[in-house]
Amino acid sequence: MSWIDTVRTGFEAVRSHRLRSGLTVLGILIGIAAVILTVGLGEGAQGQVRAQINALGSNLLIVSPGSSTSGGGLRGGFGSASTLTRADADALASKTAAPDIAAVAPTTSSSATLITSSSNWTTNAVGTTPSWLRVRARKLDSGRFFTDTENRNAAAVVVLGSSTADQLFSGRDPIGQTVSINNVPLQVVGVLAPSGSSGSTNDDDTALVPFNTAAQRLFGGSARTAVSTIYVEATSSGSLSAAYQETQQELLALHGTSSSANADFTITSQQSILSAATSVDRTLTILLGGIAAISLLVGGIGVMNIMLVSVTERVREIGLRKALGARPRVIRRQFLVEASVLGLAGGVLGVLVGLVGAKILPHFVSSPVTLSPAASCAAIVIAIGIGIAFGVYPASRAARLAPIDALRTE
Amino acid sequence: MNIDAPVIELVDVGKTYRSGSLSVDALRDVSLVIGSGEFVAVSGPSGSGKSTLMHIMGCLDVPTHGTYHLAGEDVSAMHEDELADVRNRRIGFVFQQFNLLPSLTALRNVELPLAYSAVPRAERRTRALEALAHVGLAERVEHRPGELSGGQQQRVAIARALVTEPALILADEPTGNLDSGSTLEVLALLTELHHAGRTIVLITHEHDVAAATGRVVHMMDGRVLDESLTESVAR
Repeated sequence: MSWIDTVRTGFEAVRSHRLRSGLTVLGILIGIAAVILTVGLGEGAQGQVRAQINALGSNLLIVSPGSSTSGGGLRGGFGSASTLTRADADALASKTAAPDIAAVAPTTSSSATLITSSSNWTTNAVGTTPSWLRVRARKLDSGRFFTDTENRNAAAVVVLGSSTADQLFSGRDPIGQTVSINNVPLQVVGVLAPSGSSGSTNDDDTALVPFNTAAQRLFGGSARTAVSTIYVEATSSGSLSAAYQETQQELLALHGTSSSANADFTITSQQSILSAATSVDRTLTILLGGIAAISLLVGGIGVMNIMLVSVTERVREIGLRKALGARPRVIRRQFLVEASVLGLAGGVLGVLVGLVGAKILPHFVSSPVTLSPAASCAAIVIAIGIGIAFGVYPASRAARLAPIDALRTE
Repeated sequence: MNIDAPVIELVDVGKTYRSGSLSVDALRDVSLVIGSGEFVAVSGPSGSGKSTLMHIMGCLDVPTHGTYHLAGEDVSAMHEDELADVRNRRIGFVFQQFNLLPSLTALRNVELPLAYSAVPRAERRTRALEALAHVGLAERVEHRPGELSGGQQQRVAIARALVTEPALILADEPTGNLDSGSTLEVLALLTELHHAGRTIVLITHEHDVAAATGRVVHMMDGRVLDESLTESVAR
């Protein structure tokens, strides 16, 4: 019997027992939909975390002074010493020494009170270079960022965070206004767009000035030469670890330290934050996916059950088909096709329910659901596979039936 | 296929059923020759071994000992797959219960044996339509078995037995489930096929039905009791 005839017969058999086939398909459907939704939910949650962290600045390495690793002897703890300098940042920005680093933004920060003619506001003033905007992946709401020339000349300009601008100017256009820090009048040239990040609260409450302006005109004492943090952007997420190595080697060499255990700086990558955040989600996804897989298994047992009933009920039909010349192999194939038709129907409908669920579910849970076409196709293939796997035993039983026994049954 | 050979040639065929320590000789040393174009009834009470004989003649079962040549071909020691092919090509079955598939139309039911021998779809349809026309059901090809009377269903079954042009038509109590009117109809059809040169073996316990054939083989306790020509031939 040709494959076309076998498949046709399989579909007819499934169709002729509508209720029974429907209930079996329902079992597979629920399993497949559950698997698709849990995987989609996990993917969505991970994607959300990834997007949030990437919003801080993609492919970002953060170099902080001091060391968090405890060694022998007297050594300052994390952040207690200002061991990073402008020279470090300039060295990292060199394309020859560190080809995997795209951009470097040294920052020096200090608490400062911003004074306008009508109000004042204390915030975190940050001196940095124009590459900060790119490295931190931030955007401007209005105006412009300061330029390299302004940085070199220590120009009296400032870019305000969105909430800082609101505090100082409460709705008026801040561009072109004057703000004083430590009695130095600065012209507002731009306002940052809100970061949208729910993480750190001071992302939008800040005042950015050129590095040289901060070092030479605003901050006194040790802040004059020290760099509090160097933000390093890798050329791509794939080169992040290479950039990490280059940063570490460069800084170790500059600081005259031989081993990384004695390093007087700390490098944090976005990846470490990302993996910590996603590992929780992944555990949850595996757990839920496991439950979904069990429901799929139950659906498969349902297929086996129905196929066994089907074999018992259709003993006469099997006997007749054998009497008419169907080889055992053909009978086995027919029942396998029938079982995989059930699986296919369950898989396709399960994916459809999954798609509908992916549209509805985000209204009830905060996490988005990401369905990939590949996962959906895989789910259908798995459903057919389940049909075949659980159909093998009933199909073999049908194939083994002796035609006389089968025909004799009333 | 050897044209000159008898359609059925059984030599000392026996069948023993074993179940645990118990063994039952359903068939003991049966020798029987049925020539091409004969219309033979195998008759006997239940338990006489006529069903077992029919199963062996129909290649649904293999004998425990003895040899069986079907149309010149030794089928007594064939493998399951080969037997399936022999049933498909050489034998047309007609059963007491009709055994039509209720979900298929008359046409699809008749096409079924052709599907198992991989006849192309268009040819299958033509041949099935011819067979149905032959049994006088050309108007009912798209009806399902449930929409046909018992006699019509049995005629569909006969069409299905005919469609592969088999060497042998084996009818197991074909009138057992029919009223007297339909019985006559079916017997008339089988007689007509016999006149057209078909070899037909009919299993029955009804004397009237056996009388419609040319030769009756009487079975008893697994043996052939005697053979007799019927009045229809003697006359």
